[in-house]
Parts: sequence; C-alpha cells; structure tokens
Amino acid sequence: MTPALDASVQVRSAPPVLSVRNLHAHLHLGDTVVRAVDGVSFDLPAGATLSIVGESGCGKSMTALAILGLLPQPAGRITEGEVWLDGVGDLARLDQRALRRVRGNAVSMVFQDPMTSLNPVFRVGWQIAEAIRMHETVSREEARRRAIELLELVGIPSPSVRCDAFPHQLSGGMRQRVMIAIALARRPKVMLADEPTTALDVTIQAQVLRLMKRLQQDSGAALLLITHDLGVVAQMAQRVCVMYAGVIVEESAVGDLFADPLHPYTRGLLASMPKPRHGAARQALISIPGTVPPLSRLPAGCRFAGRCAHVFSKCREAEPPLVPVAGDLGPGARKVRCWLHVGSEAA
Amino acid sequence: MSAPLLEARQLRRHFPVPGRLFRPSTQTVKAVDGVDLHVARSETLGLVGESGCGKSTLGRMLVRLDRPTAGELFFEGENIGDLDETALKPVRRKVQMVFQNPYASLNPRQTLGDTICEPLVVHRVGTPESRRKRALELLDIVGLQPEHYARYPHQLSGGQRQRIGIARALALEPRLIVCDEPVSALDVSIQSQILNLLTDLQGRFGLSYVFISHDLRVVEHIADRVAVMYLGRIVEEAPVATLFARPLHPYTQALISAIPLADPARPTPEVILEGGVPNPIDPPRGCHFHPRCPLAEDRCRVETPDLVGTQEHKVRCWVVNRELASSS
Ligand SMILES: Nc1ncnc2c1ncn2[C@@H]1O[C@H](COP(=O)(O)OP(=O)(O)OP(=O)(O)O)[C@@H](O)[C@H]1O
Ligand SMILES: Nc1ncnc2c1ncn2[C@@H]1O[C@H](COP(=O)(O)OP(=O)(O)OP(=O)(O)O)[C@@H](O)[C@H]1O
Ligand code: SF4
Ligand SMILES: [Mg+2]
Ligand SMILES: [Mg+2]
Repeated sequence: MTPALDASVQVRSAPPVLSVRNLHAHLHLGDTVVRAVDGVSFDLPAGATLSIVGESGCGKSMTALAILGLLPQPAGRITEGEVWLDGVGDLARLDQRALRRVRGNAVSMVFQDPMTSLNPVFRVGWQIAEAIRMHETVSREEARRRAIELLELVGIPSPSVRCDAFPHQLSGGMRQRVMIAIALARRPKVMLADEPTTALDVTIQAQVLRLMKRLQQDSGAALLLITHDLGVVAQMAQRVCVMYAGVIVEESAVGDLFADPLHPYTRGLLASMPKPRHGAARQALISIPGTVPPLSRLPAGCRFAGRCAHVFSKCREAEPPLVPVAGDLGPGARKVRCWLHVGSEAA
Repeated sequence: MSAPLLEARQLRRHFPVPGRLFRPSTQTVKAVDGVDLHVARSETLGLVGESGCGKSTLGRMLVRLDRPTAGELFFEGENIGDLDETALKPVRRKVQMVFQNPYASLNPRQTLGDTICEPLVVHRVGTPESRRKRALELLDIVGLQPEHYARYPHQLSGGQRQRIGIARALALEPRLIVCDEPVSALDVSIQSQILNLLTDLQGRFGLSYVFISHDLRVVEHIADRVAVMYLGRIVEEAPVATLFARPLHPYTQALISAIPLADPARPTPEVILEGGVPNPIDPPRGCHFHPRCPLAEDRCRVETPDLVGTQEHKVRCWVVNRELASSS
C-alpha cells in the first residue's frame, strides 16, 4: 500500500468533514499578545489522515484546542476564522454547551499531556466507561466490560486489573493508551490526536497506529495527527501541513514532502533527522541554526528569515503568501509560503 | 577498569497492585526485578524497552528519588541505596533527573525562572543576581527566550516544558543525569540541538547519562552502550554499534525491526511480535519473553535464563546463549 497514491484519490474526491478557514487564536498575557495560531487553513476529508508537523511551540496544540473550543482560559481567544464541522456548522461560533456535546460525540481528542486530561482521582476504567455512557445508554456493567475490552485493544496487559488503577499508578505509555481508549470509546467522526504515541515503544506504537487505521476504515473517521515523529507521518498520513511560528509554511501530499521538501524550514527539518550510524563515530547532528522568533514579537517579513540560508531582501520586507507551487493546481495542490517559490501565476 | 560512577546490583522495586473497595489486593507489580548495571564517567548508557517494562521506575531509583525495595546502589563508590534524605543531600547535587512527564514535574505556581533557579537555591549556590543570570543563560542554551523567565508552566507548549526540565537538570552542573524521554516532545531540529548540547557538555565536563528513550534512532546516536529491558529485567546489553548491527535477543530484534521508516514508499513491516503484551502482575514463568518468542523451547517455559555473555555483550536467552557457546 502506498499512502501517497491513496492520498491523491481521497483528497480529490471526499468532501472535508472538517474545514478550518483562516483561523487565528491568540493568547493574551497582560500587555503581550502571543499569536499562537495566526491564519491557519486546511481541509480534512472523511476517512483521511492529515498530519501537522513543525517547530516546538509553533502553535500545533493550540490549533487543535482552538478547533474544540478548549483554548486556555482566560488568556486564549479565537480572534478570526471559521471551523466548519460537517453536519454541525461553524464551531468557532458555538457556545460552550454546544461545544461540549460536539466533544462528547463527533470530535474527540487525544491530548499531548495525558496527566492533565485524565482525572487523577478516578480509576481509569471508570473514566473510559463514562466516555461510553456519554453517548450511549448502556448499563454500568456493560460500560465497564467495554472499557476493559478497549484497554485490551490498546495493548494494556491484564486490563481487568489495570482498569481499577489510578492514572499515577500507570506508566507514561499506559496513560497515553488510556487516553486513546477514551477517544476511541466515543466513536468519533473526527479524531484530533496530539502526539498520541510519543510515550510508546515502537512495537506498541505500531499496534496503536494500526488500531487507529482500522477505526478509520471501519467508521470513515478522519484523523488530524500532530506529531514530531516523521516516521509516523510517513506511515500514517496522506497529507502534511508544516507549521512554523503560527502559520502553515508548506502543505503537500506526504510522498512529495519527503521526496522533495520545498520550504527551507521543511528542508532543515528533514535534514535534522538522526540517521542510522552503521557503527560510524558519532557526529554532531544537523540542526537549523538560531531560534524561532517570539510569537509576541514577530518580524515584519517572512517568519523564517532570521534563520534561512536563502534569505534575500524581499523576505525581510513582506510576508510571503501560502500559494500553490507553479503548475500544481486543484484541491490536491502543493502549497508553500516562501518568496523563492512564488511564481508569476500565483501573484 | 576504573570503578564505575554508578553501579546497581540486583535492584528491585515492587508495587502493591491497586485493590478495589473491600477487596484489598495481595499481589505486587515487580516493576524492576533484579537489575545490574553500571555507568562509567563520560559514558552514556541507553535504556530501551517496552512501555511499562520499568524504565522510569529504575531511573527514579538510580537518582534515589525512590528507595529500592531490595538491592544495592553505588555512586562514586558509596552505597546510596539506603541513605536518608539528609545523608543524600550531597549526592542530590551530583545526580539529576529529566522527567518523562514535564508537566507533572513542574510546580504550576512557580515561574520558569524560579523553577530553574530552585536547585541553586536549595543547595545555596550563588546570589539571587548570579542565579538569575544563570537561569537566563540556561533558557538560551535550551532554545527559549528571556521572556519565558516570568512565565508559568501552563503557558508553554509541551516541548518548551520539556526543555525547562532539561535546563533545571543542568543548573547544578551534575555528574550524572538520568534523562527519561528528554526529547520525545521536540521536533527533530530542536531535538538535534539538545542532543548536540548533551554531547558537548559530556565532552567538556565528563558528564554521564542514563538515556531512556523509545526513539531508537536517537538512542543509536547518543548512547555508548545500550541496555534493553523487558518486564523488569535487562535482557540484552551491548555497545551501541554491536547492538544495532547484531541484536541477539529476539525481543531486541523485534524492537529494531519495528522502527517506522521516514519513507512513505516503504511501509513498516507488520510487527512480528505475536501474542499479548506481558503482564507484570503475573509474569510468565521461566523466560518472561517466552509466550511471544519465535525461538522458545520447553526449557524457556520453566527456567529463567541469566544475563550472560562476554564483558561487552550480554544476553538473557537460553537459545541464543547455547548457540553462542557452541560456535565459540
Ligand atoms: N496559556 C498560555 N499562555 C500564553 N502562551 C501560551 C499558553 N499556552 C501556550 N502558549 C504559547 O503558545 C505557543 C503555541 O503553543 P502550542 O502548545 O500550540 O505549541 P506546539 O506547536 O503544540 O508545540 P510542541 O510541539 O512543543 O507541543 C507557544 O509558543 C507557547 O509558549
Ligand atoms: N506508583 C505506582 N504504583 C503501582 N504501580 C506502579 C507505580 N508506578 C509504576 N507502576 C507500575 O510499574 C510498571 C513499570 O512502570 P514504569 O513507569 O517504570 O514503566 P516505563 O518502562 O517507564 O514505561 P513507559 O515507557 O510507558 O514510560 C508498570 O506496570 C506500572 O504500572
Ligand atoms: S521567504 Fe525568504 S527567508 Fe523565508 S524561507 Fe523563503 S527564502 Fe527563506
Ligand atoms: Mg503541542
Ligand atoms: Mg516511563
């Protein structure tokens, strides 16, 4: 199976279940405004997997939280943009009550930090059972039985004992799998998964990823997958958005991105992956020099200009738009935000 | 060989299994069940293994955040396994830990600047002014900005919090740092910066690391030796090049073959590990790995193999060790 091929088919045919349009989510800290999400747009077709990758702190988690109306309070606010969910409407305009219903049913989220989203004072089995009972009328015993089944599916050993454990009694990876079990319990249309497998070893990771794929096949759920693991991206996603300092700087089919990254940031990122050493002496890893500008004091031009090896005068004057690369049009087009790639037809 | 900086002998840590109301439990989880290991000066020991196999529990004992249930632990030749808090204080200055869960390990009411300074305050190092300077320097070293000094943990992204944990561990210039998944929440470019920093500090100050990670490419890069854990025990230990070129234990082989390739045209092979995930509450008899092992024979189901081999390369497997013995 080559994900890159399915991608073009899926992306061109299926209508999006989730469509994010020009989303701005800002965090207010006294006088400073952190522009965590600063004009992000993407479409997530039914049954598809879209990955978001990017620099730590660039706004990936805030994008997911903004979609669900879970921005940190009181600092966070959606200041502009729309979040269209198929069959529901614009989530950015719903009140908290309506959003809570959406979160219990149509959209579920696996949070980056399981300890903050699991309730420390309840046993994990109970928490999963509650998620089941939120959208289905089943007896307590039945919900418990299903919770145990889900724990087994995500690879927790002796699930009927572990289901009575409190979150702090589980290892990091087990907690992460409990989160995934809760998300699956809701049988969502859209799953937002923020670093869902970082705490898992590679064999359990493979098992969990297969489980998520199966859920997608069975129920047509769409997956928004935020991860730093480019191996996971390559194995799971059909399309990828690369974020940098609050904006998407490149969007393309996964095959194209790995074969021929266009944005200088994406290139730097792919080059930074540690390579198999084959017994050779340790060499310093490649990394992108410099640091990301603070999201509260962004430069005028391209946000990557301060670290870019190709920077030229125009880059410091105006921010490049995210536009399809020359010759590539239509819904599956590659897009990049870099003056090097702004062709005549895009202007 | 000179005395190792850190040495563990038959370390164990057992937890009672959670009971239910009116049904207290008598079972235990043998999270760490007889681990021997050593770390030399300027050396990095990689620690890998299945989720829940006891890596974090072992790491917490190595820095004496937790007291071993049994076994001995030597740091700079001194048995620290049983020391109480007062006696441990000088040791605490020299061993630090970067926690797997950065959020839970940061005080939500403390600014990041104060968090980084805290170990300096506890050990009465420097003046408020010099500590502040040091904290700003450390923020810069881990790729954060001065404006983060006055922020609180909840105002950071996951990867930014992880870097605060690293900055805090570096503050006292320790001899040994147990890094529990220190770069898992970082993008590969910042990950490279941090790994290069750790390597650089090791070169300059002779630091030692115990480096716990699920990312085997990272372990291959950073480690000198690697120990592979399975269900509370070490099942293989070897220099990094040997382990990746010639993994011997069937579990290590499965682990290495499951690394997802960053190449969409080459799907990761379906995992070859058969059978359910083992249960540390009631571990399989004999070799803990036997229910999932393609090589298992009768003996493996009843008798526990020892971790044996050469000084360099040790493995805990009846079949592999027999074959090694007959071929040498
Ligand atoms: N409550 C808050 N108040 C102010 N700023 C915040 C708050 N939470 C997050 N931020 C800032 O918002 C920016 C975006 O954070 P976000 O969590 O979305 O990053 P991320 O891309 O998910 O990073 P990572 O890969 O490290 O998880 C960061 O720079 C962070 O410092
Ligand atoms: N406080 C505790 N009470 C009871 N059991 C515990 C406790 N802490 C850990 N355990 C159990 O000990 C075992 C080992 O946990 P540990 O956190 O050391 O695993 P790990 O190898 O670090 O896993 P991961 O890779 O998922 O972080 C697990 O079965 C876990 O449930
Ligand atoms: S716009 Fe300029 S500075 Fe920005 S990435 Fe492209 S070349 Fe580099
Ligand atoms: Mg995040
Ligand atoms: Mg752990």
